[in-house]
Amino acid sequence: MSLLEINNLKVFAEDKEIVRGLSLTVKPGEVHVIMGQNGSGKSTLLNALAGHPKYRAEGSVKFDGKDLLAQKPHERARAGVFLAFQHPNEVSGVTLSSFLRRAYVARNGREASVAEFEKILVEKMRMLGMEHSFAERGVNEGFSGGEKKRSEILQLAVLEPRLAMLDELDSGLDVDALAKIAETLSMIRKPDTAVIIVTHYARILKNLKADRVHVMRDGQIVASGDGRLAVQLEENGYGWINSATAAP
Amino acid sequence: MDEAVLKEYGRDALLREEPEESQLNVGYRAEHAGLTIELVKEISEVKGEPEWMRKHRVKSFEIFEKKPLPAWGPDLSRLDFSAIVGFVRPRGQEAKPNSWEEVPSDIKNTFEKLGIPEAERKFLAGVGAQYDSEVLYKSLRKDISDLGVIYTDMDSAVREHPELVKKYFMDRCVPPTDNKFAALHGAFWSGGSFLYVPAGVKVPMPLQIYFMMNYPGFGQFEHTLIIAEEGSQVQYIEGCSAPHYTKDSMHAAVVEIFVQKRARARYTSIQNWSKNVYNLNTKRAIVQEDAVMEWVGGTLGSGVTMLYPCSILNGRGARAEHLNIALAGEGQVKDTGAKIYHNAPNTSSKIVSKSICKEGGTVRYRGILFVGAHCTGVKANVRCDSIIADSRSSAETIPIMDIRAKDAVIGHEASVGRISEEQLFYLTSRGIDPEEALAMVVRGFIEPIVKELPLEYAVEMNRLIEMEMEGSVG
Repeated sequence: MSLLEINNLKVFAEDKEIVRGLSLTVKPGEVHVIMGQNGSGKSTLLNALAGHPKYRAEGSVKFDGKDLLAQKPHERARAGVFLAFQHPNEVSGVTLSSFLRRAYVARNGREASVAEFEKILVEKMRMLGMEHSFAERGVNEGFSGGEKKRSEILQLAVLEPRLAMLDELDSGLDVDALAKIAETLSMIRKPDTAVIIVTHYARILKNLKADRVHVMRDGQIVASGDGRLAVQLEENGYGWINSATAAP
Repeated sequence: MDEAVLKEYGRDALLREEPEESQLNVGYRAEHAGLTIELVKEISEVKGEPEWMRKHRVKSFEIFEKKPLPAWGPDLSRLDFSAIVGFVRPRGQEAKPNSWEEVPSDIKNTFEKLGIPEAERKFLAGVGAQYDSEVLYKSLRKDISDLGVIYTDMDSAVREHPELVKKYFMDRCVPPTDNKFAALHGAFWSGGSFLYVPAGVKVPMPLQIYFMMNYPGFGQFEHTLIIAEEGSQVQYIEGCSAPHYTKDSMHAAVVEIFVQKRARARYTSIQNWSKNVYNLNTKRAIVQEDAVMEWVGGTLGSGVTMLYPCSILNGRGARAEHLNIALAGEGQVKDTGAKIYHNAPNTSSKIVSKSICKEGGTVRYRGILFVGAHCTGVKANVRCDSIIADSRSSAETIPIMDIRAKDAVIGHEASVGRISEEQLFYLTSRGIDPEEALAMVVRGFIEPIVKELPLEYAVEMNRLIEMEMEGSVG
């Protein structure tokens, strides 16, 4: 059974249609990479799936058989949808650990004592090779680009979502940092966690095995294939897709 | 403090019918409403005061009559001095309870719900409770009084320590001529704290007092006088609450603090009056050489508040720190800030003001920073941040800076922000519900000040703020 089933999804920002009739099916444990140029609608897609209030969505999206679009952002998160943000917000004065504990409690639907949560957090941070002092800083407060990414990955590791969506994971990272993040991602991911990665560049596929690669343009998926599609894109550029066959 | 009590005191939704007189724990009260010269004399008479204090009251009243209301600041036109009941002595006060058990039971219940004197046992050096005009209960740990510390109510201090009171009371710090409400206070003052810390004594734990205004349409004018002698250290905390009746009440306190050479004083105040209280206070400290004065405040309740704690840095190397949180909701105006006068070289100051407005509330930071021409090596930093929860509310910053010294290092930062949709989305996208997300943002915003509060107060402050923010998510 599929985890996520998108049918003819349209996403509007005010009156502008950004995602224009997109369909996509993701099964548990699958890794999907959505590639596309700036403005193709790929980030909007992820934000709309997470429930960003800026966007209005039409069409059908089923997550685990339930209507996703009818749910509020926090309900989607509790059901297991996770978005790693490209530009996560600062929440000044709130420590990453206290924020994450609240999120953990919400996601799991049961209380966790400070001590109990601390144990989980310490273990995840150790796995990610992170200093514990990192969790005592304000959420994204004064974080470098790389630290923000690592914070997002840590959140993913702690919350153990069923669908992890990563928005421009590779932006602002050098090759080594990207490899490290990709390696971390493979390490923390449960076998049945589905992943959607949105990216401008194919280079992440060197570090991460994708089950499906999609190309987005003008709010639609114009080509789908396996990992070889990304290689072709890398070699030939997005212009090449114009003449290729669209097969979502 | 439990939720039920928070709901009982100071919440709009619980506007209460005025109870029967018999339920108000009145021992003695002014026969008529109205702040008149007759009442001034009556108060002095009832208290059996010495002649010098009676004269002080009469002189203050004359000044009060001549002074106009402030020409700036919030609208005070609805404030009716003739409707205010200026003196209400609680039942049981004459007996001067020596132990908590002797306090009349329903008054005791009120305070016990607020955690007094339970808190005393845990983390305080001394505790006091004022009900309407007078202090009902005051205690000081024996080991602290053995050090020569005096902590008593102001009325007792007039009788028992006249030489100290005469020397400091409403003279060089806040004279009745300072402003109309200080003059009013000088005429009608009753209750409050007198705290004297001898040279070199470091009081290890805070002293606390709780002020309760219970009588409808009442005016509370408690006087606080703190003297921290050379090299001493002390922390004083006050909490305020009142049930919400239909009649407007007023509160015009005066706080005078003398921080002598190398002494260190911290004054913390958490104000949660009901929302029909006019809260018009004058609080000031005179800070001597190498001494430190810290003001920590949270003003949550009351309708109109005018409060600008003032530090006068008269000694070389003196330092002041002012931390304030102000929250204004529907019908509330918080005109608050800080005044700092650098009158000596190498003095330094820091102001951090955090204000939150929502549901049509107005927050206004108003401050004065003065540096005298001969004061070299002065450092001062002002930071005012506001957040606005919705489009009906407003935040303003009115800083006045009068810097006459050439080498003063002055920093000023101000920010006004809306709680952004993006920020709330980020938190909710992790499973945190919208109410909690908003509370988190606000908690984070005030955290730099809350972390300066003793734990019990920090918890209470966060809880009060969360209650205030409930229902603010669109």
